[in-house]
Amino acid sequence: MDGEVLTEQETALYDRQIRVWGVDTQRRLSKAHILVCGMKGTVAEFCKNIVLAGVSSLTLVDDRVATEEAISANFLIPPDENAYGGKTLAELCCDSLKDFNPMVRVSVEKGDISSFGGDFFDNYDVVVASCCSLATKKSINEKCRKLSKHIAFYTVDCRDSCGEIFVDLQHHRYSKKKLDENIKCQLQYPSIEEAISVPWRALPRKVTKLYFAMRVMERFEEVEGRNPGDVSSADLPGILKLKKELCEANSLNESHVPDKLLERLVMGTREFPPVCAIIGGILGQEVIKAISGKGEPLKNFFFFDAMDGKGIIEDISNPESGS
Amino acid sequence: MASQQQLSAIKGARVLMVGAGGIGCELLKTLALSGFQDIHIIDMDTIEVSNLNRQFLFRQSHVGQSKAKVAREAVLKFRPHIKITPYHANVKDPDFNVDFFKQFNVVLNGLDNLDARRHVNRLCLAAEVPLVESGTTGFLGQVTVHVKGRTECYECQPKPAPKTYPVCTITSTPSKFVHCIVWAKDLLFAKLFGDKNQENDLNVHSTDAASSSEQAEDAFERRKDEDIEQYGRRIYDHVFGYNIEVALSNEETWKNRNRPRPVYSRDVLLNGLAQQNGNIFGATDDPSSVSAMAYLGMKNPQDIWSLMENSRIFLEAFKLFFVKREKEFGNLTFDKDDQLAVEFVTAAANIRASSFGIPLHSLFEAKGIAGNIVHAVATTNAIIAGLIVIEAIKVLQNDTNNYRMTYCLEHPTRKMLLMPVEPFEPNKSCYVCSETPLTLEINTHRAKLRDFAEKIVKAKLGMYFPLIMHGSALLYEVGDDLDEDMVANYAANLEKVLCELPSPITSGTTITVEDLKQELTCNINIKHREEFDEEKEPDGMLLSGWTQSSSVEKDDNKSIVNGGSTSNASQTVPGDSEKNDEMGSVPSGKKRKLSEVPDAAAQDPLSVTDSDGSRNHGKLELVDDDDDLLMLDADPGINKKKRLQ
Repeated sequence: MDGEVLTEQETALYDRQIRVWGVDTQRRLSKAHILVCGMKGTVAEFCKNIVLAGVSSLTLVDDRVATEEAISANFLIPPDENAYGGKTLAELCCDSLKDFNPMVRVSVEKGDISSFGGDFFDNYDVVVASCCSLATKKSINEKCRKLSKHIAFYTVDCRDSCGEIFVDLQHHRYSKKKLDENIKCQLQYPSIEEAISVPWRALPRKVTKLYFAMRVMERFEEVEGRNPGDVSSADLPGILKLKKELCEANSLNESHVPDKLLERLVMGTREFPPVCAIIGGILGQEVIKAISGKGEPLKNFFFFDAMDGKGIIEDISNPESGS
Repeated sequence: MASQQQLSAIKGARVLMVGAGGIGCELLKTLALSGFQDIHIIDMDTIEVSNLNRQFLFRQSHVGQSKAKVAREAVLKFRPHIKITPYHANVKDPDFNVDFFKQFNVVLNGLDNLDARRHVNRLCLAAEVPLVESGTTGFLGQVTVHVKGRTECYECQPKPAPKTYPVCTITSTPSKFVHCIVWAKDLLFAKLFGDKNQENDLNVHSTDAASSSEQAEDAFERRKDEDIEQYGRRIYDHVFGYNIEVALSNEETWKNRNRPRPVYSRDVLLNGLAQQNGNIFGATDDPSSVSAMAYLGMKNPQDIWSLMENSRIFLEAFKLFFVKREKEFGNLTFDKDDQLAVEFVTAAANIRASSFGIPLHSLFEAKGIAGNIVHAVATTNAIIAGLIVIEAIKVLQNDTNNYRMTYCLEHPTRKMLLMPVEPFEPNKSCYVCSETPLTLEINTHRAKLRDFAEKIVKAKLGMYFPLIMHGSALLYEVGDDLDEDMVANYAANLEKVLCELPSPITSGTTITVEDLKQELTCNINIKHREEFDEEKEPDGMLLSGWTQSSSVEKDDNKSIVNGGSTSNASQTVPGDSEKNDEMGSVPSGKKRKLSEVPDAAAQDPLSVTDSDGSRNHGKLELVDDDDDLLMLDADPGINKKKRLQ
């Protein structure tokens, strides 16, 4: 499409959403390049949303071969083993996503994302990491932060019927509407490393328990050298023990990390499709906001728990460091 | 992940989805992934290009096909062994009766209009099947659960009737752009290209009694052998020039208002510019590709045209209608997807706006207002669909204590973007689910049964196939299999004044109204009253106990709905072509009593919808007063200029 004006095709297709976010946002979306890794149900939802929104390109990274479990909550992949057998998750999703919007270029990048360098990430405006170890997330985040370009970095993970999104927009300038005016604002985001190293006792008392529970799970996988999500009921005692240790080390009352919640997160190995839809939707909205620079993005964690139905934003950052 | 218990409840459930549009596509997908195996889906619409930005089960190649059927095919691709039964039909069809609804464990609505929602609500109550309602607009959405006897029904909280405008505001004293749109669409466009037999308030009444309406009628007729360009300019001058001069002669009107400026084509356009260098006979004679904009080289629908440009579009579009589409005259109604009609209405509205000092709008904006276009994105629909399925699973397990109404907010309240609230108890005064009688104050010596039937039974109670009874006496009914005598009897009754009916209706009488299709019975206690305030109670009736509040901008004897034609008939609830929609209002953490419900005028609930055609989609501002009490305040003004962040 030409530089300034939307084509007739775009105007017709995007009419209803242009009425929500305006032509300028639509133009910016059409220039944005998105990188996504970890093609499970939630990310599939996000990809659908971002392709429909009309970005310039979407690149998928996931070399894992499709299995019945991996695709159980992924509507992009037909459950026919003859069709999916031998192909990677990224390949299978790519084919379906292309259909949603012929104007978006969807492609697959093979390889282990933790081995990609800063040059690679420099091709993108938005990076979403899912199904990655904490170490990988930190590493990708760091590489993005080292570049002069401001890359928006997100992580997203669901366990049982809970979901978590992390947002790092570094130094982000945006405008928002107040009454009838547009006011210019800015936010400073911590990296994922900085965020999760904020001591637990320094956090406000009412921080959602899900934050801590997710950190316990994350730490367990790190310590045990597990792939993300690779836990089972046999691990429960180990996890509860780790929780005690972490609470002690952080001088945090154990009641902040209920055993029952951890049990749920351990037992729930398959994704819960309604939560995938919700988290994928929220993530989609956030990425669109970041690209457009319009509207206040969430800072810096979002949690959803289907048990209580709340979708909560938590600001996990250290006020002293200015981040 | 769903527990074993949940999974078996899901597997054995039969679910009805009403609507396969924005919410519907997301919902069907999520239901299928969640393990539902028997899903029925009703949708009367076919697929349009503008759906494709969010109704992701559809492709360009599907345009024109049934949404319900295509949605089913798309989902079977990733869940081939589940049963999906599509109905390309209107949920109001008599086939979808109480017995039909009884076969489902839960009903999930993904509708875009109030009428259909009320209808489904009543059938679910009659069938005693739980209903999960939902709606979205832009970044906002909500999901609510309705279980007979345990929670409010969908109608327990009054939903405002669609926005109406007093006739005189439209014909004489517009102050907002939407007034100009309504004038251009429902008066001018209708007068020129629509049904000539339709009564039309286009002509301004002058104080000069001598100018008869007959004379004014002639002004719109094309004179014998009149050149089309000349005819166009004559109409232009008549409605934008002459009519304004006539209006100005009514001094009273302008005492406290800015006077409009008459506009004449000779002043706005340079002579000779009427002849364009382009060829109006394009490569194709396809009527839908005819466009004044294209012909004049004005490509960008987001541009705000000057008065001169609007005038050129007006005249060009006028000409093109006559040259290319004359055979459609008499039958044409405004269609937002009719490019030429949109251009004409935009131009006409803008010229009028210019006269009255109202800011002009782009074609894009004007089309949205004239077409009541909903603004919608995929993400909100996806979130809402997830929330619907979560509630549906609770319903299947009878997990009543955990039912929630959930609001999806654009800006967080108390850190929450998704806010669950406990449902309210049924409203004891709700005539739909509580069978509490209403009270009607009416002049039983003056009002006829017809007035009662139209203004109360149809317009307020939403019953289209009513039975009206006084005790055991059947005063009126609608039906297919009535014999001639009965039909004649009913027709006669309609014209009788209430106290003169065979079974007289006087003060203290209770009338029973039933709607067989909706299986709804309503008792109305009659109280005679002599006088009614012409301004505040123009219908001469006052219904109380529980009522539909109506948001009329200014009181007047007659009012116009954006889309309806004007006439002397009382304001009726628009039919299917009018998509008006309401989101629930006033959530509060506690189970509130009716007395605590804030004044409807100050708390206009936001309209939500999931696909094309909503109304009243104003800005939403959330005011967090208190820990638990939240109030949704919406500006029903349709000016969309400032909505963007």
